[in-house]
Amino acid sequence: MTKGRVLAACLLVVTAALIVVGTLWPVPTAVAYAGGESIVPSARTPEAAANNLGNAIKAQDWQRAYLSLENKAQFTEQDFVHDLTGTYPSLQANATLNTFEVFPLHSDANSALVRMKLHWTTVVGTEVSTRDVHMMRDGDHWAPEWPLVKEATVPPQVIPVNYLRWDVIYRGPEDDWGAQDVAAPHVRIIDMHPVQRADGVVLLGEILNEDVVPAYVSVSATLLSKNQTPIATEGSFDKIAHQLLPKQVTPFLILFPNASLSDVASVRMTPFSTLVPASADPVIEVDNEKLNPAPDASLTGELINQSGRVVSVAHVLGTFYNATGQVLWVADQYVPRALLPGIPAQFIIHIPEDLARKVSSQRTVVASYTYGGVL
Amino acid sequence: MRAGDGVAFGLLALAVGIPGWSQSLDAAFPKQIEAGSAFSVELPGSGEGTLYLVGPGQVLRRTVRLGETTEFPAGSLYNAGHYVAFLLGQASPTTEFDVIATKNPAEMSFLANPSRLPVSQRDGISGAVYIFDSYRNLIASQIPVQFQLVTPTGTNQMRSTEARYGVASVEFDSTSEQGADKFIASAGNVSSTRVIRQVSGDPCGIKMSAAQVGKNVQLSTEPLKDCSGNAVPDGTVVTFTQTYGGCESTVDVPMKRGIAEVQMPSHPGATITVASGVVLGNQIRWEK
Repeated sequence: MTKGRVLAACLLVVTAALIVVGTLWPVPTAVAYAGGESIVPSARTPEAAANNLGNAIKAQDWQRAYLSLENKAQFTEQDFVHDLTGTYPSLQANATLNTFEVFPLHSDANSALVRMKLHWTTVVGTEVSTRDVHMMRDGDHWAPEWPLVKEATVPPQVIPVNYLRWDVIYRGPEDDWGAQDVAAPHVRIIDMHPVQRADGVVLLGEILNEDVVPAYVSVSATLLSKNQTPIATEGSFDKIAHQLLPKQVTPFLILFPNASLSDVASVRMTPFSTLVPASADPVIEVDNEKLNPAPDASLTGELINQSGRVVSVAHVLGTFYNATGQVLWVADQYVPRALLPGIPAQFIIHIPEDLARKVSSQRTVVASYTYGGVL
Repeated sequence: MRAGDGVAFGLLALAVGIPGWSQSLDAAFPKQIEAGSAFSVELPGSGEGTLYLVGPGQVLRRTVRLGETTEFPAGSLYNAGHYVAFLLGQASPTTEFDVIATKNPAEMSFLANPSRLPVSQRDGISGAVYIFDSYRNLIASQIPVQFQLVTPTGTNQMRSTEARYGVASVEFDSTSEQGADKFIASAGNVSSTRVIRQVSGDPCGIKMSAAQVGKNVQLSTEPLKDCSGNAVPDGTVVTFTQTYGGCESTVDVPMKRGIAEVQMPSHPGATITVASGVVLGNQIRWEK
């Protein structure tokens, strides 16, 4: 009985002592929750200010990020958020900042320039964007001046569109087994060859929808050894434009990781096509395409949405040919921002350095997706 | 296999397994009975017995008076196939007989392939027809069958053949004119129609023109046709490519109202090409 009282008294004393310690010397988090100082470390250097900003963006604490800006009077918090996430549904709108890097570029007593490399996680992979941010000294701390890029807006207007659309009615379940059904679209592989790369065997090629109806296409392939046993089977996944309008051509790339071309005697290709309801819109123009030589070889250009509807996701596929017209490489890039009607959007597709010198020509196709379904 | 089949096989096994049942009912039953037709049998012996007729998907059980005529009304046996008849309850004979499909086609399953194909394809259209009687028995006997391919303009291709073992097939070339063709199979008084859509082939001789519209160049094709003169359908993708000063602009345009047209930024000195699928069109050097 006595021991219990002693224990209770001890617990009471220890609790009271901890309350006193916590009140007198609180941890920063507790202070922040109590409405005191921010938990963000003080920005005593330009890099620290950039780190604070990056952490706030990463936490999607837009208000904290906005309030930390030196030039916040020049735009609203909503402008700032739209600059980071986009106004319209897009890959960027659903992206989260995974990591960021800060590179000091220049610094003097009262200003500095840092490069923030933002690694966003999107549903199709990592998207990297870079911002050069000016830092201004304000007393004993530094504050960033956000280089706001205002998203272009389309003036209110009515854009007449003559929709061209295909719908499909299949055979019904009540029909006799001999009843006619609609045939799958005819597609044809017009080019295919395997190449050995460092990460495995890569199959490159092109497939044509030679029918008069739209096709959903995909390609899978099986590598066969000399005794005709399968080595591996892979599909093109997203290295292809899946929806092909009549007479449209898409490149495809199939990667067989860790496979060796010397083990391959033949390849069994399995193109797949099926009818899908589809729309001929939107039409996307690829403008100012340019092959940039090594180092950092790339294909750059602009996409211009010629329709009247916002395109949520644009997937750009570049096919690179050598002087004899053979497919050398296939590469792609997703455009993170929505494509607004008539507003150019930049894209850059990187080309492997060892192949860049052999590239003689290229062809670009754009697959587009609109959130909310097809038109 | 249906539940009835199991019972039938069980009974058959029972019958075959009972000694003394080696006698024949051959004289009582006809060797062939047309499906669904009425027939009668006079079973030997005297007294009563239970007659079983066991066939594919059908078992018939009748209490019969032996030595008298037993009538089976129309529709009693309707599944074509090989049947076994036996009596239960006495040491009686057994027999086997066939029920055959009637020779009157009542239904047909017509498989036509493909539902869509380009014009002028040799043996591009194939059809196979399976002919059944009114009880859905495949008619195995030879039956004349006619196939017809009728184009929208009334051009008619006809082929006569005979169905053997219930099936007849044919192949037709697709014609040189596009449209929805009627593919008709007929046998006796029944016929079945399928629609084969003949579509245009690859565009032939793509020609485009260019005109200045403000700061842009308007590119338009002439109405696209295949090599047989059929209009290429709307939605067909036409690719316009401008090459200028080491750069390139390209756009895939689906045809609308018979032509493909697009406006692209004008680049003096550009070379403009047009293509659709693997078919190239003309080339323009744009000097404006």
